[in-house]
Amino acid sequence: MPVQGLKCKECGERYPLDARYFCEKCFGPLEVDYDLAGLDAAETRRRIQAGPPSIWRYADFLPFERRPRTALAAGITPLVRADRLAEKLGIREVWVKNDAANPTHSFKDRVVTIALAKARELGYDVVACASTGNLANAVAAHAAAAGLESYVFIPADLEEQKILATGVYGTNLVAVRGSYDEVNRLCTQLADDRGWAFVNVNLRPYYAEGSKTLGFEIAEQLGFELPDRVVAPIASGSLFTRIARGFQEWIDVGLLEGRIPAMNGAQPAGCAPVAAAFEAGRDVCRPVRFPETIAKSLAIGDPADGPYAIELARRSGGGIDSVNDEEIREGIRLLAETTGVFTETAGGVTVAVLRKLAERGDIDPGERVVLTITGEGLKTLDAVRGTFEAREVEPTVESFEEAVGSPAAA
Amino acid sequence: MGVSVTVKIPTQLRSVTAGDAEAVVDEATTVGEVLDGLYERYDGLRDRIAEDGDLRRFVNVYVAGEDIRFLDGLDTPVEDGDEVTILPAVAGG
Repeated sequence: MPVQGLKCKECGERYPLDARYFCEKCFGPLEVDYDLAGLDAAETRRRIQAGPPSIWRYADFLPFERRPRTALAAGITPLVRADRLAEKLGIREVWVKNDAANPTHSFKDRVVTIALAKARELGYDVVACASTGNLANAVAAHAAAAGLESYVFIPADLEEQKILATGVYGTNLVAVRGSYDEVNRLCTQLADDRGWAFVNVNLRPYYAEGSKTLGFEIAEQLGFELPDRVVAPIASGSLFTRIARGFQEWIDVGLLEGRIPAMNGAQPAGCAPVAAAFEAGRDVCRPVRFPETIAKSLAIGDPADGPYAIELARRSGGGIDSVNDEEIREGIRLLAETTGVFTETAGGVTVAVLRKLAERGDIDPGERVVLTITGEGLKTLDAVRGTFEAREVEPTVESFEEAVGSPAAA
Repeated sequence: MGVSVTVKIPTQLRSVTAGDAEAVVDEATTVGEVLDGLYERYDGLRDRIAEDGDLRRFVNVYVAGEDIRFLDGLDTPVEDGDEVTILPAVAGG
């Protein structure tokens, strides 16, 4: 396997593949380093195509010497051409990557698959996370399947559906009275000496690698071709930047031709530190102290990968935009009514940003655009409550016709 | 004045603090002065967390539980008994 070790993104200092996440020299984030030079494109492609129907088919690009076995492997979610959505937006070609079709209904199954496999390899008995909801679901479920004890930390004001869909797996659920950033800080402190594998703290370099597989899958499902543009949500910026890194690794190996797509990030206006910094031309995000948005899964006020997301948006010719709660609700409806895909609020943010780009004329007529839908609508039902009405009738034809109209009148 | 502040030091910095997990700094009035006090005491600490007179961008500092970026940064005043925490900023999401 081509995996080499961990490397600081800021200063390049190298470390072994153990449980660490920031550079002791400069505090910069660590990422997994690979030597891909030895991979032959044709052979690698054959290995991928002969691999299992999960993210483990991309094992050459994942941080393991040997492919681990996992009970709940994520990935191979549908990439669906969305002509009705494209038509509505006045653009030529839109594809929806529906990552709600994962074991716990969000892209977090990808990152947790990788992080838990690493936790087991490193000999941990307890896994944990700081979550805005989807990660909580995934860690609780994957830990249950692997027979590991888990501690899941969430802000106490999370959507009920996300709390219920976490507790059911028998995790130790800790509801913290505070914002996500405060939950995250608490976990950072606990990770220091607790001896637990916090998937998005001390195992974060591995966890982040899971998000690359979303890029790999999009490219593979397009027949080993690159899209022209990808629209994806930004919370910490980890998913957004790793999708592009996935494309880049495949370009480097020769599996793909061309350059990385224009990367467009999507944030809710009530918590948009990355979009604000991008718009102001700043390199560093000013943290948001009190996020206020219905898109709670994107309510990270202090995004760890913010600077890298800004740099990627600029370098790729993309951008980062924000949309308000009303636009988010409309985005959920637009996707549902044109594609049959019901997404959560974060997906509403992503759809609404795509619509904004289309209306602004930022999308060239010939472009192939991929919209990444990262989570399931059933987890944020409150967002659609009151947006439509049911007709209540008696169980008689007369009552129905009275409410809806008779055949002649219709 | 008798102002005394306790600084919590994360494990990964303890190689330059001779293993100290916390340090008490006296006579400082701001976070910047607290950190200066630490830099004087511990050789090599400044390079790890500071750059060009400011904190490195992936270092977070909290005073009494509040992120100093929401206060006055390094000029944030400290009071007797405050706890200052240094943490890496690259977790979460």
